Amino acid sequence: MEAIGQQFFNLAIMERALPLLLMGLRQTIVICLIVIPLGLAGGLAFALLSRTSLSPVRWAAVVAIDFFRAVPPLVLLIFVYSGLPFAGLRPSPFAAVGIAFLLNTSSYYGEIYRAGIESIGLGQWDAARSTGLTLSQTLAYVVLPQAMRNVLPDLVSNTVEVVKLTSIASVVALPELLYSADMARSVTFNSSPLVLAAAIYLIMLWPIVRLVSRLERRIAT
Amino acid sequence: MTAERPPILDIRGLRKSFHHLEVLRGIDLAVLPQELVFIIGPSGSGKSTLLRCCNRLEEPTSGSIRVDGVDIMAASTDINAMRRRIGMVFQSFNLYPHMTALGNVALALVKVLRKPRVEAEQSALTALDRVGLAEKARAYPAELSGGQQQRVAIARALALEPKLMLFDEPTSALDPELVGSVLNVMRELRRAGMTMLVVSHEMRFARDAADRVIFMDHGAVVEEGSPEQIFAQPRESRTRAFLAELTR
Amino acid sequence: MDRGFGFLDAFFKWELIERYFPTIMQGMAVTIEIAAAVVLTGISLGLLLAVARSFRVLPASALIVLFADIFRALPPLVLVLLVYFGLPNVGINLPSFAVLWLVLSLVLAAFCEEIFWAGILSVPKGQWEAARSTGLGFLGTLIYVVLPQALRLTVPPITNRTIAITKNTALGTVIGVGEILNQATTAQSFSGNATPLMMGAIAYVMLFIPVVALGRFLETRFSWRRA
Repeated sequence: MEAIGQQFFNLAIMERALPLLLMGLRQTIVICLIVIPLGLAGGLAFALLSRTSLSPVRWAAVVAIDFFRAVPPLVLLIFVYSGLPFAGLRPSPFAAVGIAFLLNTSSYYGEIYRAGIESIGLGQWDAARSTGLTLSQTLAYVVLPQAMRNVLPDLVSNTVEVVKLTSIASVVALPELLYSADMARSVTFNSSPLVLAAAIYLIMLWPIVRLVSRLERRIAT
Repeated sequence: MTAERPPILDIRGLRKSFHHLEVLRGIDLAVLPQELVFIIGPSGSGKSTLLRCCNRLEEPTSGSIRVDGVDIMAASTDINAMRRRIGMVFQSFNLYPHMTALGNVALALVKVLRKPRVEAEQSALTALDRVGLAEKARAYPAELSGGQQQRVAIARALALEPKLMLFDEPTSALDPELVGSVLNVMRELRRAGMTMLVVSHEMRFARDAADRVIFMDHGAVVEEGSPEQIFAQPRESRTRAFLAELTR
Repeated sequence: MDRGFGFLDAFFKWELIERYFPTIMQGMAVTIEIAAAVVLTGISLGLLLAVARSFRVLPASALIVLFADIFRALPPLVLVLLVYFGLPNVGINLPSFAVLWLVLSLVLAAFCEEIFWAGILSVPKGQWEAARSTGLGFLGTLIYVVLPQALRLTVPPITNRTIAITKNTALGTVIGVGEILNQATTAQSFSGNATPLMMGAIAYVMLFIPVVALGRFLETRFSWRRA
């Protein structure tokens, strides 16, 4: 019991590690602020492209969505970071993270949007088109508003996933929260910094996770 | 047959196939201004498909359709502009659940006719008043009964001031006691001079209000005539059989 | 012309493909084994916890909710590192693959518990009342009346979440588990060529595209329509 306290909840070590972790947290937030909005936009683009009547474009979009959902994000990240140099491109850790995460999150958001749009009954399209609204007007004013409302819990839940995903950036030595904590761990031979990082993640994400549960339950019942 | 007034809707040789299934086998139909034409027939006869071809929600396989003199199949025709002149009312209402009744009616006015919002809402309110639902303008579809929802749907089509209105089984999804309110609105539209093409089972309504009744079966027009002719003295045996089934 | 050949050489060198094919296959075996184990334990534990929660014993329910919240809010990699580096210092020594399996199972269980719970809640009260009024006990009602209905609704989210969690087996590379990514990166640094990395990526794609397709099929089959 004593050993557990020493190993995981050593307050002195946590205090020393805190400034480093906070810098890491800042980096984490920067990543999120870039990847989440771009991912949301990219996902919408993917979803709309996957419904176009031009077969090659539609096919490419669907393949892209499935491909980037099938590849584990860590594999994609390592490939971009370690593999691209062999093709002449040398992305920085931040750029590699940006590219890999953007591709990954766009395809996940894209799939969510796509399912949402698909769930809107054809009757809505019929009604809007029969009053002379164009395809894009129907999408913008009738279908997407309803689709978004329906998939909001999924979008929020996926956003939580993106925040958690940033911890993977530690593998390519990007100094975000987990990397900083692990660095502190290896220097002190003590796991308390990791516990502190976990606490910070919990503070950030626990409220949202509760919110998602409530949203999902409200829709299911 | 006097042709001083050209038909609002002129269909010639309309054919429609879904893959290998031929649903419409050469329909000829003309609807004169202010006429109310009623289409009856068993399910699967192609009545709905016929209606949906008129505003190209279904693409005809061959044949021609002219609305108010304009060939709607021509490549140069702007189908969205065309659809403003044709109002459609659906069996399942298809109101937008995320907008109020007023919002539902005004949307096309703002986005298609590009009216300023205030003017659009005024026109929308007028349309809602015509169907007797002005006081429900701020209600959401979920708060309205089936009959009220369908009347809002009629107002939505009406607000664009169409030349022709298509009704696809407008009362089939309604509880019996709510049917009357919708039929009354349709009667009122007729009195005001709207040209209407109606697919429905409401025979009594057809007897009172229709100028012509058309019986369709297996994708073709079997018989047409005045309500008295069709209901009292149908010429074709298939018509007789269908009517007998209905009035059993 | 030259650049094109260079690209092929850097990512698709045939002799390296031949040489490392067995190692990548080994990696695939490890990935599949761990993923299968995680799916089994994760979903079972999640179902068990949801059933336990349905007894509505407050302290137990509170603990279950606490568990589910924490394991859904924390990044899996944080948990992996915590367990991997922390446990040995308190005397528990688990091999890497066990650490990976343990963490991923708990995370999957947390998500599954919430999904199953939402499913159970969505079965109308009338079903419970009807079953109980015929004399069926609580557990019997749960097993024969409620769960069959609840489970049908949960198929799409469970499949989605399972796929997401099993992809996290790649995290094993950080603690030395011999799965695909680990084999691939090791081979890459040995050979100074990106071909093994490419092979690893393709191995993952081949593994998961059918799974994603299955997921989409199941989703349309059991579509969870909202509103």
